[in-house]
Amino acid sequence: MGALAVILFLCSGVAFIVGLKLLAKPETARKGNAVSALGMLAAIVGTVVQIIGERGESFSIESLTWIGIGLGIGALVGVPAARFVKMTAMPEMVALFNGFGGVASLLIGWAQMQQALEIRSGANANIAESETGTHLVDVLSAVGGGNGHFVAATIVAAILIGGVTFSGSIIAFAKLAGKISSKPVVYKGQHLVNAGLLLLAVACGVAFAWNPGLFPVVYLVIPIAMALGVAAVISIGGGDMPVVISLLNSYSGLAACAAGFAVGSELLIITGALVGASGLILTRIMCLAMNRSLANVLFSGFGSGAPAATSSGEPGEKRDANVLSPEQAYYILEAAQSVIIVPGYGMAVAQAQHAVKELTQLLAANGTEVRFAIHPVAGRMPGHMNVLLAEADVPYEQLVEPDDVNPSMETVDVAIVIGANDVVNPAALTDEASPIFGMPIVEVHRARQVFTLKRSMGSGYAGIENPLFFLDNNAMILGDAKQTVNALVDAFKAD
Amino acid sequence: MSLALTYAFIFILAMFLGLELIRRVPAQLHTPLMSGSNAISGISIIGAMSLAVVGDGGMLTTILASAAVGFAAVNVVGGYLVTDRMLAMFQAGKKRDAKKGGA
Repeated sequence: MGALAVILFLCSGVAFIVGLKLLAKPETARKGNAVSALGMLAAIVGTVVQIIGERGESFSIESLTWIGIGLGIGALVGVPAARFVKMTAMPEMVALFNGFGGVASLLIGWAQMQQALEIRSGANANIAESETGTHLVDVLSAVGGGNGHFVAATIVAAILIGGVTFSGSIIAFAKLAGKISSKPVVYKGQHLVNAGLLLLAVACGVAFAWNPGLFPVVYLVIPIAMALGVAAVISIGGGDMPVVISLLNSYSGLAACAAGFAVGSELLIITGALVGASGLILTRIMCLAMNRSLANVLFSGFGSGAPAATSSGEPGEKRDANVLSPEQAYYILEAAQSVIIVPGYGMAVAQAQHAVKELTQLLAANGTEVRFAIHPVAGRMPGHMNVLLAEADVPYEQLVEPDDVNPSMETVDVAIVIGANDVVNPAALTDEASPIFGMPIVEVHRARQVFTLKRSMGSGYAGIENPLFFLDNNAMILGDAKQTVNALVDAFKAD
Repeated sequence: MSLALTYAFIFILAMFLGLELIRRVPAQLHTPLMSGSNAISGISIIGAMSLAVVGDGGMLTTILASAAVGFAAVNVVGGYLVTDRMLAMFQAGKKRDAKKGGA
């Protein structure tokens, strides 16, 4: 039985590696997901085989009751969630799932310690008033496999990383779902408080690893970890969410890894590390796309301050933006040879993707070349715009990256910006005082004509004024993005 | 101590493997990769299961661990299904385009 379990675990690990490799290529991604799901099945079956094998004759099927209940409830929640979630709600769903991964690792760490305590009190039942601390080390060593102090340290790591991932993800979820303001919350001494919390948690961990007899400190780590997760994410603005979600994704893998150390499972360690690495890669891609360091995203409270005073133009100078009605815009669009659409979070909020798709079909029927320029950090999670446009059946060939369109921007007749702001802000190229200076953008300001679809004249999430709005070749079309696009569609149809 | 070192050894190698596996991932796949790897992080379910067996470590251990089983199961089931749903959308778009091109 033991050998069978090991073989299943090996198959599972291979399936995860192959699955992830396939998942990173468009042609094979779906197959990769299926391969990795099979790997998960092998791991679960392998665990059951292992449980039965370890107990031999004394095994009873009833002892698996609670596992069955847990699996059943998990499936009952997971299936409808996956089936019915709207594509526009994917960021908050991913955030929530990250959180579940975190809390699972936290609970594993806690359960592992609880099990050791139970076993110790069972062993000590016959010995009156025995020395307790040293015993717990031995028990931890036996249940976790390896040095007892090391197992103790990894239990705290699983609880700490898991707890931070959990509460951080819940805050990210609440921000993305609009349950709380997505504005960063910053206060004086914030970094000091966060650093203090982290130090306290680490101190508890060191104490417990040093002498596991001090186990009550672990109960202290749970609330500290939760507080730390809240404190870390609350200070990050909505526009930086793609980085935060990727990072929390990575943490959920590392938390699983720590749990793997604590329970002595090689498969858990390997698989958790794979997830941790993939989250780190996404985090890096997002940071590069914003030309900011991870530390800057995490600790700067970006977007909380007053709007940058040094945006181009004299302070207090009144500037007027051109404003067009959809009907007026239609006449320009109708004559356009080449159109680029730059979608942003506003398109997701307005659920405008289907209307946009219809507009592009009408444009194409009119002989216009249409492309979508997708900035990597547009939206609230990595790949957010791609998912929305795929849902609306926009052909993949129409989606291009900023680098593909920027060199030939002068030949574009009309650039339509739908609910995007900072990713088209030319201040990122010219204004060294701008907080987003240096961020690669879609350079629509060099197109012959720009239409900016926007709810109002307010600034973007970062509170940064956008000089694009005041350029001569830009026209604002104010209003709900979906209604505006529908008005354009109607104008085309009426013609 | 040697077992701890072995685990650390495995961990570091696996991190490098992961970084190599998905070094270049196109923007289109960022979200599916995230939700897919999310499902994979549900692997903690196996650690939770082995702790949730009744009779090993008392009732509180079983309850804590089976709650972990539940959370991880949501991750696994929901994560794989939603990733598949997304990827099916991408594929549906591709197939139709291919048909259009052929016609």
